[in-house]
Amino acid sequence: MIVLNNISKYFGDKQVLFDINTMFEEGKVNLIIGRSGSGKTVLMKCLVGLLSPEEGVVLYNNRDFHHMGAAEQHLLRAEMGMVFQGSALFDSMTIQENVGFPLDMFTEMSDNEKLDRVNFCLERVDLHNVNKLYPAELSGGMKKRAAIARAIACNPKYLFCDEPNSGLDPKTSLVIDELITDITHEFGITTVVNTHDLNSVITIGETISFIYEGHLAWRGNKDNVLTSDSKELNDFIYAQPLTQRIRQSL
Amino acid sequence: MIEHLFITIGDYFIFLRKVFSKPDKWSVFFKKLVFEMDAMGIGSMLIVSIVSIGIGSVITTQTAMQIESSWVPTWTVGFITRTSIVMEVCPTIISLLLVGNLGSRITAEIGSMRVTEQIDALEVMGINSASHLVLPKIVATLIVNPVLIIFSILFALVGSYFTVAITGCVSTYDFLDGLTSFFRVYDVVYAIVKTFIFGFVMSSVASFYGYKIDGGALELGMANTQGIVVSSFIILILNVLVTQIML
Repeated sequence: MIVLNNISKYFGDKQVLFDINTMFEEGKVNLIIGRSGSGKTVLMKCLVGLLSPEEGVVLYNNRDFHHMGAAEQHLLRAEMGMVFQGSALFDSMTIQENVGFPLDMFTEMSDNEKLDRVNFCLERVDLHNVNKLYPAELSGGMKKRAAIARAIACNPKYLFCDEPNSGLDPKTSLVIDELITDITHEFGITTVVNTHDLNSVITIGETISFIYEGHLAWRGNKDNVLTSDSKELNDFIYAQPLTQRIRQSL
Repeated sequence: MIEHLFITIGDYFIFLRKVFSKPDKWSVFFKKLVFEMDAMGIGSMLIVSIVSIGIGSVITTQTAMQIESSWVPTWTVGFITRTSIVMEVCPTIISLLLVGNLGSRITAEIGSMRVTEQIDALEVMGINSASHLVLPKIVATLIVNPVLIIFSILFALVGSYFTVAITGCVSTYDFLDGLTSFFRVYDVVYAIVKTFIFGFVMSSVASFYGYKIDGGALELGMANTQGIVVSSFIILILNVLVTQIML
């Protein structure tokens, strides 16, 4: 379980996160949702240590991530996998090398063992015959799946996905959502997904933290997200004509 | 302006401290080192050889033209050509050429990795991205640069010899006599020390400007230009200092 206590973040004089308190549960898909510019990505960067919050603590199973020693932080990072918005696959490496990269860095596996693990991860995300291709040769959806394969290569305890559906068509988005949910449940991972994709919100959000202008404005799950009485959340959820129609039918 | 300069210098040394830490895995480091040496060395050989032959040819022609006097022995053309090529032209001019060639490649590569979050991906994995990406490039440059400059000197001397042979501005016998007269090994040591220093400046400054990019394509272009300008400026200043110290 990951717990955020009183997280505040500043860029110079500008405060972008205000006293965030929330938690992400083990073995579940936990969503952080909110409009563009609301602070979701900054919050996720604080979670994975790419940014340090000025106030508050990030606790991984009661271990304070930002105040632990370098060696302990290194070990904890080995338990993390992350899928970036733009996939962040290494351009100069083939897909096989990309997925095998964490294994090269953190394990003493033989080449054959690594290849088996890479093939298992690629099969798991339904990518076939792409081992020798470069990221530039894949479609957006395939890149995302390859990034997920890389993220799970070392059996992470924590999986972070920043806007995994951005730039994808609705059908491919569904495939990615399904994949993230399946992997989370299959391996008992604590998954945190940053998204503003409404379909993801109502289908995979086992816990949902709604960020509004840097504040945690609502916390719940996919079952009560459509019936909340939070004005900010409703403005976000029912912003589009399609969702407004759904609201009328509720 | 002055404050910004000191902040940048401070950031550069903090960056270097991060770069010169133990690689996360030596086997991966050596694999990357071999790749970089191949890309930098073989990739630059053609341009270095073409430019060096041209430089050697022009220096010989100009030297022969300047000392066209019966009071000056003709072997001095070979002597001056060799001294200029070994001590100044090849180490400095070719290093400046490599700043444009290799330095911009390094800045663009690391900068685009920053822009596309590939460096963030390394950091999240717990890998020291500066050491992982930059250390092999710096070490490769320190190995490859002196080798490239030695080849450059050889190509320049070959270019100068063929110019003499073709144009007949001095006899080839006198030219070779001058080329081999008063040879000092220290001149070559001086040239290699310079290229070693210039190679470090080029790769570390180019990497620094790529690594610290904050933004997108526009900033990447600006960083590339800054990297080349700053590296060239530092190399020219160090050229003066090293010459004062060593000669």
